[in-house]
Amino acid sequence: MTAVFDNAYEAIIDADSDARWAFGTGFENPLAGVDTSLPPDVDGADLAAYCLMLGDDALIMSHRLQQWCTRLPELEEEVAVANIGLDLLGQARLLLSRAGAARAGADGIDGGRVAEDAPPDGRAWEDHYAFFRDEHEYRNVRLAELENGDFGELTARLLVFSTWRLALLNRLTESTDPVLSAIAAKGVKEVTYHRDYAAQWTVRLGDGTDESHQRMQAGLDAVWPYVDELFVAHPVEERLAAGGAPDSAAVAVDPSTLRTEFDDVLVHVLKASTLRRPDLAATPGIAGRTGRDGVHTEAMGFLLAEMQSVARAHPEGVW
Amino acid sequence: MTRARAVAETVTDPELPMLTLADLGVLRDVEERDGRVVVSITPTYTGCPAMDTMRDDLVHALNRAGYDDVEVRVALHPPWSTDWISDDGRRKLAEHGIAPPGAAPRRPTGPIPLTLATRRPVHAHAESVGRDNAEVTGAIRVSEVGVGVTCPWCGSAETEEVSRFSATACKALRRCRSCQEPFEHVKEI
Repeated sequence: MTAVFDNAYEAIIDADSDARWAFGTGFENPLAGVDTSLPPDVDGADLAAYCLMLGDDALIMSHRLQQWCTRLPELEEEVAVANIGLDLLGQARLLLSRAGAARAGADGIDGGRVAEDAPPDGRAWEDHYAFFRDEHEYRNVRLAELENGDFGELTARLLVFSTWRLALLNRLTESTDPVLSAIAAKGVKEVTYHRDYAAQWTVRLGDGTDESHQRMQAGLDAVWPYVDELFVAHPVEERLAAGGAPDSAAVAVDPSTLRTEFDDVLVHVLKASTLRRPDLAATPGIAGRTGRDGVHTEAMGFLLAEMQSVARAHPEGVW
Repeated sequence: MTRARAVAETVTDPELPMLTLADLGVLRDVEERDGRVVVSITPTYTGCPAMDTMRDDLVHALNRAGYDDVEVRVALHPPWSTDWISDDGRRKLAEHGIAPPGAAPRRPTGPIPLTLATRRPVHAHAESVGRDNAEVTGAIRVSEVGVGVTCPWCGSAETEEVSRFSATACKALRRCRSCQEPFEHVKEI
């Protein structure tokens, strides 16, 4: 069913191809047709905030990975890092859409069906959240937003991020919110590859030459002060993770319960890489507030300025 | 099979045009009721940029067949698995130089195993190809999976992975050590 065109312009204006170009806004809602009504006894505002946390982690990390495009040392790594960024962007789209639907449900608008609900300005929730929030409204962990360093730093950040996220998503497959559980089940398959990729490069660089070992260790040292933050539960996470008895199902995962698995994986990878586990203090937040509270590092404002500039310059633009 | 389903089953994948969405296991359901058609599709990977094109192609194919009222829904659960690619689909992939996936990994409950080694010499482990040699360290199983992927060009089993990621999210890049040709492999998920 491939269309044949006389010239490129004709292909672009083909009446049948209103979504031929996979960029810009105007995407179909990624949750179209999915039942997004709120599970019983779940606070819609809390669920929306939780989905923003997990969605923002994926969105901001994806943006940092996209910034590596055309700068990676080998063509294979270009393709790998772009694909990992794409997976995370897909997870972000679903989670931000789920956040919007949960908020709509909390507001009592039509049972939370996202198809009928939209932000006040008529945009899709995912675009609204990605492009029209300000820095303090972002809920991602600070690890995701840090300025990119060298390939050693990228590898270290990806190792830490994907080890933590895989443990989280794997547990989240048991969520009592069927939408979150389904998103997590898809994400587990993807992030398994991300973690393997980062772990294999960590071994290759750590157990490689003196230079690669030193730079891999420096990368690990650079991200380590942001590791503890990953395991601190925000009050929203605490409320949604409280399912009663320990190990009983809840909407969310208490991140503090993921530390053992994270440490086990890291011990194994670092041993195989001949790297040492950094002994560095955590970077404190401001009055104890960190990424989950909307308190970010200096890098975040610059990141958003770039990521949001086109959407804000052309707020109704559809490509 | 309804006529609407027959139409939907002719629609091909935008990035693997030798396969239909039905071959790929992406077409989940086609319901026809009083002239209205509801199609359910499932994404292979959550970020798959071809979803919008698939959606459009389905709507247009059904419109052309006379169905004016078409809705395309997303089904996220259960997550797509390469086990859903039909035998016909696997044959077509191989014919076009893309190695079809083996059986999707069966994940144990508990932490996901970490794979640290991928470039294991194929010949030395012929008997364990495709098997999961797991070592348990703490709560984490660290596995070395010897994937037995055959070269779609020459049929040799002496192949190695070049990159776990390739031109699309669903494929890995491999190379044959017998005929030296590179090829893509739909990776098992």
